[in-house]
Amino acid sequence: MNNLSRRKIYLDYAATTPVDARVIETMMPYFREVFGNPSSIHEFGQQAEAALESAREQVAKVLNCQTDEVIFTGCGSESDNLALRGIAFGARLGRQANHILISPVEHHAVLRTAQQLAELHKFELEYLPVDRYGMVSPQEVEKRLRPSTALVSIIYGNNEIGTVNPVGEIGEICQSHSIPFHTDAVQAAAYMPVDVKQLHVDLLSLGGHKFYGPKGVGVLFVRKSPEIHLAPTQTGGGQEFGLRAGTHNVPLITGLAKALELTQVEREQRAENLKPLRDHLVGSILETIPDSLLTGHPSQRLPNHASFVFHNVDGNALLMMLDVEGFACSSGSACKTGNPEPSDVLTAIGLDHDWALGSLRVTLGVGTTEKQIDQFLHVLPGVVERLRRLI
Amino acid sequence: MSKRERVVVAMSGGVDSSVAAAILLQQGYEVIGMMLRLWSESGREDDNRCCTPNAIAKARRVSAILGIPLYVIDAKQVFYDTVVRYFLDGYARGITPNPCLICNRQIRWEFLLQRALALEADFLATGHYVRLSQDTCGRFQIRRAFDHSKDQSYILHVLNQEKLAHARFPIGEYQKSQVRQIAEELGLPVANLPDSQDLCFLGAEDYRRFLIRNIPQVVDPGPILNQNGQKLGEHQGLAFYTIGQRKGLGIASPVPLYVIKKDGRQNALIVGRQEELGIKDLMARNLNWVSGEPPTSPFRALVKIRSTAQPVWGSITLLEDRSLTIQLDQPLRDITPGQAAVIYDDEICLGGGIITEPAVV
Repeated sequence: MNNLSRRKIYLDYAATTPVDARVIETMMPYFREVFGNPSSIHEFGQQAEAALESAREQVAKVLNCQTDEVIFTGCGSESDNLALRGIAFGARLGRQANHILISPVEHHAVLRTAQQLAELHKFELEYLPVDRYGMVSPQEVEKRLRPSTALVSIIYGNNEIGTVNPVGEIGEICQSHSIPFHTDAVQAAAYMPVDVKQLHVDLLSLGGHKFYGPKGVGVLFVRKSPEIHLAPTQTGGGQEFGLRAGTHNVPLITGLAKALELTQVEREQRAENLKPLRDHLVGSILETIPDSLLTGHPSQRLPNHASFVFHNVDGNALLMMLDVEGFACSSGSACKTGNPEPSDVLTAIGLDHDWALGSLRVTLGVGTTEKQIDQFLHVLPGVVERLRRLI
Repeated sequence: MSKRERVVVAMSGGVDSSVAAAILLQQGYEVIGMMLRLWSESGREDDNRCCTPNAIAKARRVSAILGIPLYVIDAKQVFYDTVVRYFLDGYARGITPNPCLICNRQIRWEFLLQRALALEADFLATGHYVRLSQDTCGRFQIRRAFDHSKDQSYILHVLNQEKLAHARFPIGEYQKSQVRQIAEELGLPVANLPDSQDLCFLGAEDYRRFLIRNIPQVVDPGPILNQNGQKLGEHQGLAFYTIGQRKGLGIASPVPLYVIKKDGRQNALIVGRQEELGIKDLMARNLNWVSGEPPTSPFRALVKIRSTAQPVWGSITLLEDRSLTIQLDQPLRDITPGQAAVIYDDEICLGGGIITEPAVV
């Protein structure tokens, strides 16, 4: 693609993944052959509807829920938006609840939505404390629950620092107080179980492209329960049980369902392959690069996820230099426009400016090999060294 | 085959830097684009002339078409600390600073050059209209652009041998019309954009409003005097006027009056008739000589006192303390303290310095 004729090694699987060939195969008939609108009366529509409902069954099976609890959306962020706005407005209408409880290390799809609900709609937004790994304690959640709590939302696996939260325990607490509990499982779903009964969640967000499915499609699980009432945020033709209007994107939905099903089957094997590579990567970097820290939890973390901060290193320049060397990584948040603001997550776990600006996220996936990791480890220390000389 | 030389191109999304990148690719370099994100006033980011989200999108399109990577480098803080502060401090002191000089010296050819070199690039290239050559001793020379009407050597007189050793100016050999044509032939989505001008961080805004917001003390009314000290009116603050300005003085007079000079001590704006305008003697300091060595003083050379001015002949005498005096062969009307006096030996830009206030002479 570009004139730098060198290796190109992708180490940013948390940003997105390539679509699995089996998923593409699943989707193909629904672009041209079975192209109907599932809402149509005729046979074309009925065929499309059959594919849609079959996909819903596949997803429900993986989530261990009923089919009418699976809402297809346009992406993980949309799922988060629908969950937060839907529950907040629903809870305000139904039981005058006005209090939203989230962690400070949420994905922006949750964080910015909650902040907007606070600013524009006068909800009271409260942040839970997190430890230095960005982990939420179930006891801290319990302490802060009130009868007027509209919603608790806590990220499952953190996109920036990989920490996996004790979602099941938090879910149990919320359930015992009958407070709706949402988790953003967009980053976690590729490697962590998403059985909503085990997790005790009332709402759970997924995005297809994080687990080798297509972009542009997501899922929101919404538990059927008298306590859970969502006000739809996108109105129109009443699709998705009235919660998400808009013509169904049948090919992408079938693709997401297939990808999720494959993930369910292959998840543990994938993790088993990647974890030793990831651990080797983390160990070597901390050993060879002075003034480096692992961010996020050392063990309770996504198995393909490594994230670091390097003291006095310009993180954006680091990504640029790695790219020129042929390695595609991330700082943990997309800052393609070159804004050098330390991330909310790294600030929340107590890193100061000089550390937080030098962040690096290396995330592995199905294409990652030992050789690639070795090549990366060969290059990174020198690049960090050059950057430190620059500042 | 030897390793291809690597060059970083400072991209702006405009036609000149885009074509510069294209030419370097044709010349066989390994090309990497970098775009500086410069400072804008909070809330006015979309007005910045050269690094709006739209300009970044343009640069990305161009890079994709050319097949080069593009990285946006944040330089907001360093740009503010050096360039914007210089601009504001200059006006606060009553001169008319030229922030582009500082930007080229400190941002493009220091901050960005360092980043290019850290990327193991051999060169940094820009879309400036100047030519680079070497003298018989191998020293680098800046020459006026082939297209004299676009020549930007005035702005680049601040460079030195160390920086020029890493410099490439691919479009200096071309006419602007040719550059536009190349862009069109390559299908670059920039060919019909107007030329950028004025100060990037001001956007479309009048610099006066920017000054009032950022240094309110520039609003400092005082008398408008003629050369005899007679009061003709009142000015709003010396920063709002430029030497040679005729319009907007608010004085009723039978003959047109021009700003002749600013008297900071009396906070007075001195005006006069056209024939009173123009001086032959000026002084400049903070000199830079491109070759690294000053010429033998005194000497005669061509002098440009503004980026758009025609060069004129003058006799130059070097003084102690990196300053010089120039006696021009003919008086010039718009010699402005804070702008640069740049000295040429025919096509070669020798160097220059910042014009000081006449009071210092």
